[in-house]
Amino acid sequence: MGPTIDAGNTAWLLVSAALVLFMTPGLAFFYGGMVRSKNVLGMLMQNVFCMGLVSVLWAAVVFSLAFGKDHGGLIGDFSFTGLKGLADLHLALPGYTGALALSVPPLAFAAYQMMFAVITPALITGATADRMKFAGWAVFTGLWLVLVYAPVAHWVFSPTGWLFKRGALDFAGGTVVHINAGIAALACVLVLGKRRGWPGEAMPPHSLPLTLLGMGILWFGWFGFNAGSALAANGVAAKALMNTHLAAAAAMLGWLVVEKIKDGHATTLGAASGAVAGLVAITPCAGFVSGMVPIVIGAIAGAVCFLAIQLKFRFGYDDSLDVVGVHLVGGILGSLLLGLVAEKGFGGALSGGGWKLFGNQVLAVGATLVYSFVVSLVLAKVVDMVIGLRVSPDDEQQGLDLTQHAETAYSFGEFGSMGRIGA
Amino acid sequence: MKAVIAVVKPFKLDDVKDALKGVGIQGMTVSEVQGFGRQRGHTEVYRGAEYTIDFVPKVRIEVLADDAEVLTVVDAIVNAARTGKIGDGKVWVTPVDSVVRIRTGEMGPDAL
Repeated sequence: MGPTIDAGNTAWLLVSAALVLFMTPGLAFFYGGMVRSKNVLGMLMQNVFCMGLVSVLWAAVVFSLAFGKDHGGLIGDFSFTGLKGLADLHLALPGYTGALALSVPPLAFAAYQMMFAVITPALITGATADRMKFAGWAVFTGLWLVLVYAPVAHWVFSPTGWLFKRGALDFAGGTVVHINAGIAALACVLVLGKRRGWPGEAMPPHSLPLTLLGMGILWFGWFGFNAGSALAANGVAAKALMNTHLAAAAAMLGWLVVEKIKDGHATTLGAASGAVAGLVAITPCAGFVSGMVPIVIGAIAGAVCFLAIQLKFRFGYDDSLDVVGVHLVGGILGSLLLGLVAEKGFGGALSGGGWKLFGNQVLAVGATLVYSFVVSLVLAKVVDMVIGLRVSPDDEQQGLDLTQHAETAYSFGEFGSMGRIGA
Repeated sequence: MKAVIAVVKPFKLDDVKDALKGVGIQGMTVSEVQGFGRQRGHTEVYRGAEYTIDFVPKVRIEVLADDAEVLTVVDAIVNAARTGKIGDGKVWVTPVDSVVRIRTGEMGPDAL
């Protein structure tokens, strides 16, 4: 016998699912503006394609692997494949009993979680920008979702997962989404190699207005991501929404201050990047901190992530749009800071809650880093050997838009007339 | 006949156009171009990565003029386009062998 369905909670979760879905096109524009104009459609496509592929795989099998009947705390089973049985309002998902009982239809929960699965692999595309073969990306994404996302989501999000049971906290996906995608992005970049000409050749953003638009959509959607993770329309959701907003705001300021001091100007790209860094860092913390703490987390994240994006030049990996610097570093920062600054009731060390939570956070971060990196690296290597992960040098020169999709993003003027073949 | 070609700062285009109309010029061709002179380019910074931009945007204006009016035309352009700051551009004059007005077939100064 499941709990009673609450109309308010259900309404908020349904809206949140839509908000989180909207983040993926937002991310597409955030990244799309940053690449050169010959690669913008390739970037948009790799993102929106996740809305197609991931959604179908999620309904078919991945939801069940993440939230189905537990096997050793490591992975779910196949009991919910094809969304089997989820229409039953009295169904209690494994682990969601007692205090954790859901007051929303299981299908609403499955739909909401699906949107997280959609955007997580999409985050990787920022690192691999300008050189990844579409077919390689499609195969990698499908396999990655099953082999990496499903188990890590099970460990951390499902109450039957081993990290959840140990007491590691992740309110909305600091480990599952951001660290997971960030470290997988690093693995992909190591397999792919640098873009031709990087870092000597100039590869400036082709449309920062698109990037700023994308940032706005991400920020808007993130309210569903974080406040929706309360799984209820209540005080926790309100707190998470306020914390999310303040962290983004403070991180924008933090990034801009450091940028102004170091490079001489506060830039629009810096404002957008700082806000996203703050949103990433507050994600694991959103419902577990309060007061001015999100402002502190945001300001630290903005400053630290700005400095972290310089690491790629130091170590020579071509993380094109700084997925490692923003999502990996921001995710680690937020997940570890949570162990220090969580409210006392949740066990934050600096709030007098002891060091147990911090230890669990370190464990969750470490486990995600190691598992996701190793499996992503092997997976990328295998896909590279079997169908190829990288476009040919000629195609890279010509751009992904034309070579991967036979399209051009921008058509200027009336010159160079286009004739229809076969009409 | 002469061709007067000027490369000027883009925001000065309207002033130059009005000045040319003012001295009786009936037509011109304008294109957006890029280049550098003593002004050189500028630098841009994206997430801490600094780029030098060698070519700056300019507007190129082409005007055909009769030999007698060339100096007036050049003066009009120079006066209208000058800001006194580096990067104001250049004007040069070249001879033109022949001109045809396509609609009527008129040739030479009649076609101007």
